Amino acid sequence: MRTLFDKVWAAHEVVAETADTPAVLYVDLHLIHEVTSPQAFSTLKRLGLPVRRPDRTLATMDHSIPTSSEQVFGNVPIKVDAAALQVRQLEENAAQFGVELFGMRDARRGIVHVISPELGTTQPGMTIVCGDSHTSTHGAFGALAFGIGTTEVGHVFATQTLLQRKPKTFAVNVEGRLRPGVTAKDLILAVIGKIGVSGGTGHVFEYRGAAIRALSMDERMTVCNMSIEAGARAGMIAPDDTTFAYLKDKPRAPKGKDWDTALARWRTFVTDPGATFDASVDIDASSLEPMITYGTNPGMVLPIGAAIPDNAGDEVFDKALRYMGFHGGDAMLGKRVDVVFIGSCTNGRLDDLKAAAHILKGRKVAPGVRLLIVPGSQDIKRQAEAAGYADIFKAAGADWRESGCSMCLGMNGDTVDAGQYSISTSNRNFEGRQGVGARTLLVSPFTAAASAVRGRITDPREML
Amino acid sequence: MQPVVRVHSTTVVIPSSNIDTDQIIPARFLTTTTKQGLGRQLFADWRYHPDGTPVAEFVLNRPESSGAQVLVAGRNFGCGSSREHAPWALLDFGFRAVISTEIADIFRGNSLKNGLLPIVVDDATSRWLLDHPGAEIDIDLNTCRLTLPTGVSVAFLLEAFARHCLLHGVDELGYLQSCLDDIQRYEAARSW
Ligand code: SF4
Repeated sequence: MRTLFDKVWAAHEVVAETADTPAVLYVDLHLIHEVTSPQAFSTLKRLGLPVRRPDRTLATMDHSIPTSSEQVFGNVPIKVDAAALQVRQLEENAAQFGVELFGMRDARRGIVHVISPELGTTQPGMTIVCGDSHTSTHGAFGALAFGIGTTEVGHVFATQTLLQRKPKTFAVNVEGRLRPGVTAKDLILAVIGKIGVSGGTGHVFEYRGAAIRALSMDERMTVCNMSIEAGARAGMIAPDDTTFAYLKDKPRAPKGKDWDTALARWRTFVTDPGATFDASVDIDASSLEPMITYGTNPGMVLPIGAAIPDNAGDEVFDKALRYMGFHGGDAMLGKRVDVVFIGSCTNGRLDDLKAAAHILKGRKVAPGVRLLIVPGSQDIKRQAEAAGYADIFKAAGADWRESGCSMCLGMNGDTVDAGQYSISTSNRNFEGRQGVGARTLLVSPFTAAASAVRGRITDPREML
Repeated sequence: MQPVVRVHSTTVVIPSSNIDTDQIIPARFLTTTTKQGLGRQLFADWRYHPDGTPVAEFVLNRPESSGAQVLVAGRNFGCGSSREHAPWALLDFGFRAVISTEIADIFRGNSLKNGLLPIVVDDATSRWLLDHPGAEIDIDLNTCRLTLPTGVSVAFLLEAFARHCLLHGVDELGYLQSCLDDIQRYEAARSW
């Protein structure tokens, strides 16, 4: 009796671990981007090594690239010089090492964790790594997917393997069903609130239960994406008919007879009844409310109607509240909003934009509020335009952009000013994450859109 | 990588818990394409005012911190992103070890690969270290023991292979390359 994780792990052990040595783990798919790859390519050059399996390597540009059409497609140069250098280096490195690159003007470009599922290169039972902690997103397909550092990027380039100690397993059981207006984002924020930002350290999550089965693939990706915010290395969901329906006919999914063979294999990637986990937590989805963070890590989170706890005297807590300009006992509802960001690999997919459009239709962004909507990929951008969402956004007064990480980490010039409150659908509310002195509150796309309209933190259920 | 056997140094204390990699090295400095020079931007937003002048009271700017090779921090150090720029920045600044009661997974792995020692200690040891900034301590990788100036010595755990690599300056890539036959066999045997 084995867990989903055990099965994927075992299928990729080139050399099993011993007391003295970690396992040599095979990597099926290596995703790379412009920020964490340059130094790894430099290592290859220094050692005179090739990328061993360019056919298992995919490159895109997302973190530091601009999102304004003029800079991406027009003749306006990239504003941040160092970012322009990174973009050029990735182009050169990809060409030199024969790695497929979705370059700046490629129609398939987007956030690395958004485009691989779209292409169908993310598949059940795979091992997937990337020099990016939110690689956990791909676990939504029943893949073992985790972030690695740049030295390890070099290891994968050179050998297609990694040295890894086997992590422990952690069952996150979510029964019941989310109520209207409560989303996958609220679910994962509630999980993080319950187990804490380091509760998952050393573990791989498996999200299980009726509430998880009921989620779409876009929603499952939102959940798995934020596993790392609870300290877990990866988060997985067993593949099922929802997974297979999503993958069918994706450009790089198996076709014809190969599809049937793959499907038979994929169906085996489920936790056997009776298999045990090293740890577990139970959540009742039916009792969840829209969630919002109030502090400087994703574990400082509350139901939107609640008041900030009064933990005065706890130094760390006080420091976080000072940074945010909040006080113990404050209600979250009605607080001021300066910037609203809808996007990122957490909530920049079509389901998310649809949710935002549902709220924004026929409404306007409140005066003085800046609403930035950044699709997760160029493909999603086109779909959102075809579905009419982009027109709704523009009519509401939002700024509609080309795809990229953008304000999620503020590397490309899309930043929040010091002291401003940013209601964001991204995944990290760390100090300065969205700009020096920026104050980030993490929410779902519903809550973000509703708060943009009112210019105040708003329970989206009032506007559904 | 140079072998690391011992670190004997005074400490710098940053007591906050959950110090994330965005604090250690903010994202706007990640546009670099090399590993060098990041020490200047270590803890940039805590260390400098918006106009670039140093925040005098921040510990890294204080004279007693100069030359210290050990950073003592609150619980769950290094959470957040996978950016290896975080250990690069700490090393470039001059740190050789980080001590906390909990160190985030990816940061720990990245540190070990660069010769920065991630040392996890029990609550009591952590409390003592947090309460005694500037203490002169000894970290010995041969014995896996940390010794306080009080003479108290505690054992710490370090994954066996990582410790071997640190002690002998072994490059993990070299080790993986020695497994290439196994890797080829594995690839050949796979039917999917
Ligand atoms: S959208 Fe944000 S979290 Fe996702 S890959 Fe980009 S920077 Fe990282």
